[in-house]
Order: sequence, then C-alpha cells, then structure tokens
Amino acid sequence: MHAVEVRDVRKIYRRYGRRKSFGTLKSALLSGGVLRNLRPDSTFLALDGVSVDVVAGRTVGIIGRNGSGKSSLLKLIAGIGKPTSGTVHVSGRVSALIELGAGFHPEISGRENVFINGMMLGLSKAEIGRRFDDIVAFAELGDFIDEPVKTYSSGMYMRLGFAVAINVDPDVLLVDEVLAVGDEAFTHKCLEKFAEFRRRGKTIVLVTHTLDLVTRLCDEALWLDGGRVRAHGDPKRVVDAYLLEVAGAENQPTAGPPPQAVEPGSNGAGRWGSKDAEIEQVELLRPDGQPSHVFESGQPMRIRVRVRAPRPLHDFVFGIGIFTADGVCCFGTNTDIEGGVPRELSGAGEFTVDIDRLDLVAGAYKLDVAVHRQDGVPYDYHRLLYSFRVASPVKDTGIYRPRHTWTFGGGIAISQPPPGGQS
Amino acid sequence: MLANLRQVFRYRALISSLVARELKARYRGSVLGFFWTFANPLLLLGIYTFVFTVVMPGARVGARLEPYALFLLCGILPWTWFQTSVLESCTVLVAGGNLIRKVLFPAEILPIVTVLTGLANFAFSLLILAAFLAYYARPVSVGEMAWLPVIVLVQLTFTLGLSLLLSSLTVHFRDLRDLVGNLMTLWFWGTPIIYSMSQAPERFHRLLELNPLTHLMVAYQSVLFLEGPFEAWPGLLWLGAASVVLLAVAYFVFDRLRDTLAEEV
Repeated sequence: MHAVEVRDVRKIYRRYGRRKSFGTLKSALLSGGVLRNLRPDSTFLALDGVSVDVVAGRTVGIIGRNGSGKSSLLKLIAGIGKPTSGTVHVSGRVSALIELGAGFHPEISGRENVFINGMMLGLSKAEIGRRFDDIVAFAELGDFIDEPVKTYSSGMYMRLGFAVAINVDPDVLLVDEVLAVGDEAFTHKCLEKFAEFRRRGKTIVLVTHTLDLVTRLCDEALWLDGGRVRAHGDPKRVVDAYLLEVAGAENQPTAGPPPQAVEPGSNGAGRWGSKDAEIEQVELLRPDGQPSHVFESGQPMRIRVRVRAPRPLHDFVFGIGIFTADGVCCFGTNTDIEGGVPRELSGAGEFTVDIDRLDLVAGAYKLDVAVHRQDGVPYDYHRLLYSFRVASPVKDTGIYRPRHTWTFGGGIAISQPPPGGQS
Repeated sequence: MLANLRQVFRYRALISSLVARELKARYRGSVLGFFWTFANPLLLLGIYTFVFTVVMPGARVGARLEPYALFLLCGILPWTWFQTSVLESCTVLVAGGNLIRKVLFPAEILPIVTVLTGLANFAFSLLILAAFLAYYARPVSVGEMAWLPVIVLVQLTFTLGLSLLLSSLTVHFRDLRDLVGNLMTLWFWGTPIIYSMSQAPERFHRLLELNPLTHLMVAYQSVLFLEGPFEAWPGLLWLGAASVVLLAVAYFVFDRLRDTLAEEV
C-alpha cells in the first residue's frame, strides 16, 4: 500500500518581480485594473512533473541542491499549498516537522503552547492531555513547562516543538532539515524517535543535506534536480550518484562520465563511480588460501581486492562493508576511518583485509567493496555484488555471534553443555 | 468552500484556545494589561467629555445627552471593538505568516480569532459601562436589554465579514492597511458616536444611514442610554441581513485567495 502517491506534480510559483515592492492597491488602481496586477511578472517552475510513490512503512530521504524543489515537494505532501497540476495523495494522518515550534506564543506558558500547537497539528484537547506527560518528558523541560516560552533556551524551544509534532502520532512523518539545528544530544534523541517510528511501521519522508543520514536511516533515496526526479532507489547508490555529480560540477576537468540513471527497485546491487580507479577483482579466501563462497563461523576470512588506476591518484580510500541478505549492515570500515593516509595509487595494486574470526551466525551475507575519494565521491563502488555463506552446526539467531561459554553452578544440571562460540 | 467551513467548525476548540491565549498574553505581559486595553477608549472618553462639557458646552445644545460621558461610552466601546478588529485583521495574516507557511491549518482562523478577541475585550469593557450606569443610577429596561445580544451579533457578523475580506486582500495589496487606517478616522466622525443622530442636520440623515455602523451605534444608544422604546430595530435587522451576505461574500473571496496565501505572506 502506498502511504504517499505523488502523480505528475508541477508546482509553479509566481514571482511579481520589481512590481512586487511597489505592488500595492494604489499602483494597481493607477495602472488601471486590479486584476492585471494580480497577474505575475514571471513564473518559477519549482517542481516539473514529479511522480513518486512511497510504500507505507518506508523511510525515504530526499536529497538535492538548494532550490531543487525538495522543500516544495515536502510542503505539497504536507498539504501546505496545492500543486499547480497533478495530484498528491497521502493516506493517514500527516505531521510535518518543517519548523519546530512554529506558532508558539512567547508570552504564555509551555503548557498552554503545547495544547495550542497540538490542536493546530490536528489533535483534540483530550488527546493532548493524554500525551502531555510524554511530551514534557521528551522535551526534558521539567518545571519549565509552566514558564512562558520566551524564557526558554533555543534548545528547549526546539525540543518542545519536536516533542509536540512527534506526539501527534502521525502515520506519515515529514521532516525538513530540523535535525541540522540541534546539538548532538538532541539529534541523537530525534534519530532514536525516528527509529522507533520505523519499527512501528510508520512512513517517514526526510529532506536533508546530511547525506550520511540518508544512507544510514533511509530505505530509499530520492534525488531531485531542477524540480525533476533524477534518481530514486537504493540510498547508497543515489547518494553516490549525487556526490559524483556535485564533485563533477565543482571540478570539471577531473570529472568522470556522468552517472548512469539509477533504476529504482531491485535489491540495490550494482556498480557505479567515475572509474578513475577500478576494482578489477574481488576474492574471498579461506584459511587455506582457496577462493570460496562458504565460510565456517568463527574461522578466518580474507578479502583480496585488485585495483587499477589509469592515472596516479593521491586522494583515495578503500572500504568494505558486510551486509545481511536483507541489507542490514553488519560491519563497515575503510582505510580513512582507520587512520590510513593515502599517498599514491598508480597502476595496478592489491589490498587484502584479513578477518581473524568471522563471528557471524549462519546465513547468507553480501559484501560492498569500494574505492572512493575522502569526501565520499566514488571512483568505483561495488554495491552488494559479492555474496558468501556462513555455515555453522549451531542454529543460533541474530547476526553477530560473540565467542562465548556457558557455565552452570548450584542446582543446575545439564548433561551435555551446549557448544560455545567455538563450534 | 463548504468543506472548508466544516473544517473551521472542527477547529473551534483551537479558536477558543487561541482567543484565550491572546487575552492571557495581553493581560499577563504587563501589570496594567487590563487597563491598557481600555486606556484608549477611556482617554477618548475623557477628552471628548472635557471638550464638549467644559470647553464648548454650546455644541450639545438642544440634545438630551445627559450625562454626556455615559452617552459617549455607549458608542466608543463598540467602536473600539470594531476598529481594533478591522485594523488588526489587516496585518494578522502577514504577522502569522510563519504559521500559514509552516503548519497546515485553515488561515481564516487568524482573523476570526482577532475579531473574537475583540468581542471578549468588548464584553469586559461592558463592566465599565455597567459601573457608569450604576453611578448615574440610570433605569435599565429589561425589555430593551434583550436587544443587546442581537446588536452584538449583528456587529460580530459585520465585523467578521469585513475582517475576512480585508485580511486576505491585504496579503496582496499591502498598502490597503494604510488606506483602511485613514478611512477609520473618517468613519469614526461619520458615525454618530460623539454626537447623536438627532443633532445631525436633517439633510445628512440619508447619508448617515448609508453607513452600516450608524444603525449599530443608534441601536446601542437607544438600548443603553436613551429612554423610551427602541424604535430603530428595522434598520438593525436590515443591517443584520446585509452582514450575513457580506460574510458569505468575504468567505468566498478568502476561499478563492486561500491557495495564494502561503506563497504571498
């Protein structure tokens, strides 16, 4: 079921240009014709034929440059403003975190503001009353809740605004860059709340410039460019395509070929990048040095990668990531995170990553291998292209299996102690 | 349009909370909060009373306007409600632009709240009037007092219509506010507030009767001040009917401009 359906939406903003500053009734009357003055000088096409479906329960990140139409799209989904043509359909209750605490009145207490703000967002008085304690607890206001809002610090103000909006308990939550303004602790709290929303199967649409957030939090990403959808699909893939283009615009001479249009859907597997460095071969090796696709849990695994750079590079990072079959990241690292300073990559090269103990439960896993710039712009990104199985005689569950032992004492008797981490 | 009207009705709890908030914010922000709301009408009352009873008492010759202060109050209090509501409505959408652009809620709530806040203040100010009535030991006819809610309702409808119309139009024509501000002075003097209808020359009566507020003020004065039965009720009821039409037209215009509001404020 689609929580949000955006069909062929165009949004034209009217600009009144110079006349706007003098655009008054007097001039309208003097120039003869009030109606003519209502006609705009020029128009600005903010969204140009955007169609997006968001499946209920998914988290979608919208990225793009400033002015690409991200916020316009979000406002249309929120119902603030109507599309010039096309349709927007949202099922369920919507709450939009576009500006936190919009509508707070500085002179009256936080308590009264919570009620009024909640009612503006569509709650009844009784509903707010029931959630009031949650709201105050989330905002960490304590006794300040009865003080006028003008005495609040900006952090308290934002927390309270966020707490009210989130407690509307929407089916679809729309978020516009609100996380950019908070401190570390606040951002962390918000992210936790988002995670809780996701667990409860709610839909989140997030506009952000924090690309890292999109890859970490979102199930899919939507890249808007000049009011059109450039790409929609796997977040890592879309973000990288976007990064590549931004880098290309910044640095024309070394720009790679433009990214291929990214297809939405499938499992997100694929390969992209500027190809200034290429990953030529990836092998997974067992302890005896034989390439394999099956590994014993708790045994070593070696990843051997051959790369080639046609021209010498001085800014490069190698990375790997291990994912479960359904896309949960088990582990990811790269040479930059681990403090490696790139000197030079020229011609053919090879690196290996030795994992001493593959402490994963039995199952199918996938591997990302990448070489990219330090700012994340990919040279060659292999997304979920390699897979391996972990085999284990023990059918424990989860992802990570730490090495462990059971010990029993007192009146417990277990005849055959279950095998520990070392199976 | 009807769906939007229903929505306004659904938001009635919000409207009443917003009115309460406006009143609280006004009366909590300053020590003399309550006083400040009525400082201006009381100041006007003092000035006009002084001018027309001490400086030039001759101006009131021939009219049965004693005590003059009480007569003035009957007109100045409802006028203050009307004037502040209409003037504030001219800026309320621009001032609340943050809400209209960032939160999904019907914009007409803002001018409605302005007018209702004015009504609440007017209700409070009736206490002052009651004090004056008691001080001068005026006889109060219960039968005439029954008209008071009707008069207030007509004024509410008329003010609401005008406020809705102006609030949406000022978003597009910002100088409308200055125009309205100046017209208010003219309107004040063109309404029998500091003078009575009977003092105005006969040949101006037709003109004065074209002014909707004339009927309201005459009604207030007849019911609260003048002795004898309230005879001007047909004018009041006609104004009531016209106000309903005005409100419908104003809401229609507001509804048509609704989608442009979020972009223009």
